[in-house]
Amino acid sequence: MIEIENVRKSFGPLEVLKGIDLTVKKGEVLTIIGGSGSGKSTLLTCINGLEPIDSGRIRVDGTEVHARGTDLNKLRRKLGIVFQQWNAFPHLTVIENVMLAPRKVLGIGKAEAAAIAEKQLSHVGLGDKLDVYPSRLSGGQQQRMAIARALAMSPGYMLFDEVTSALDPQLVGEVLDTLRMLASEGMTMICVTHEMKFAREVSDRVAFFSKGVMAEIGTPQQIFDAPLNAETAAFVKLTQD
Amino acid sequence: MFETALTFQDMMFLAQGAVQTLLVTAIAVVLGTALGIIFGVFRFQVGPWWAAPLTFVLDVFRSIPLLIQLVLANAFLGMVLKLKLSGFTVACGVLTLYTAAYCAEIVRGAIGAVPSTTRRAARSLGMSWRQDMAYIVLPLATRVALPSWIGLALGVMKDSALVYIVQVTELLKSTQILITRLQEPLLLLIICGAFYFVISFPIARFGGYLEKRWSND
Repeated sequence: MIEIENVRKSFGPLEVLKGIDLTVKKGEVLTIIGGSGSGKSTLLTCINGLEPIDSGRIRVDGTEVHARGTDLNKLRRKLGIVFQQWNAFPHLTVIENVMLAPRKVLGIGKAEAAAIAEKQLSHVGLGDKLDVYPSRLSGGQQQRMAIARALAMSPGYMLFDEVTSALDPQLVGEVLDTLRMLASEGMTMICVTHEMKFAREVSDRVAFFSKGVMAEIGTPQQIFDAPLNAETAAFVKLTQD
Repeated sequence: MFETALTFQDMMFLAQGAVQTLLVTAIAVVLGTALGIIFGVFRFQVGPWWAAPLTFVLDVFRSIPLLIQLVLANAFLGMVLKLKLSGFTVACGVLTLYTAAYCAEIVRGAIGAVPSTTRRAARSLGMSWRQDMAYIVLPLATRVALPSWIGLALGVMKDSALVYIVQVTELLKSTQILITRLQEPLLLLIICGAFYFVISFPIARFGGYLEKRWSND
């Protein structure tokens, strides 16, 4: 379970998170929507401790992320994150990209790590690309590789930060299909996305962020068909035209 | 001794000079690169403010002509500190710091060229700073740094000719000694140049080979 309590975060004079309260249960798929600058991506990087917070508390399975003495390297094994930019390690082949963290962070042997990597890569449809370098892959393939790389650590949670935003339109589908598959397998996911149709389909709950505040959270039906908040209504209307 | 034609002994004398050149260069490049990596990582890691004193010292070594550095270092170590060091030791020491000063800049730039998003991806997989450095930053930065580093190594080899000033008879000094006796400056300088070329060429080619090998990924 991820528990977020009254989290505030500023970059210089700009307050990007103004007291967020949110709980994500095991097995839940939560999507976060909202305009750019609403703080949704920042929240994800705060959850895995890549960004410090100014006040409040984030707990992952009871461990407080920003507490002094929390071993972030250990905590991050539980939290897979995939970014908008896929960030392949360009000097490693596809399978080596996926094997690296299991080997070095978890200390898994080479053969076993290769087996894990092969399984995850086949899972995201890259079983035939194991030994090529990432530069030979399309953006969609690289993004799926990044997903496999995160999954190879067997995380309890997956965080997706606008994973389709940097892709050519014709490549968005294959990545969303991968996310749908993960959701259907029961993975706990927080997806920051601009893909409204996808959000409606896969989410258990949808949260709408606006100017650093969670303006509304509810079922996809509530958010997309009968929003209670005027800003949510305006945003949904704008993005569905 | 009073021959005026180039003899086998003369060629051996030149070869000995070449060995001195190679030794001084190898020591300076190996130690200077190791120090340069430490200084470069330090400068990148602590930021410009905290690194300012180190940056200043390195700038001194980069901006004062090597010849002057050698003379001053020799005088300081011998006359002020009263250390009895051989010219060879002084030459290696000064050339090492000179190499380190340039190498630190190359390293700092190369680390900066590794995208922060790539490093973030590594850290988000649970890798520690050390693991990120070892498995992501080092290999990627090496690719960026290699051409400049090869240039530095070749430059240091040629600059090492200046260590004659602290009584190290390296290749160029050996050549000059022979010129004085044989009065054949052009021939001897051609031979000397050929020696330098034979040493440099494989290093340059090896660098080219590595660049090509790494360019497929």
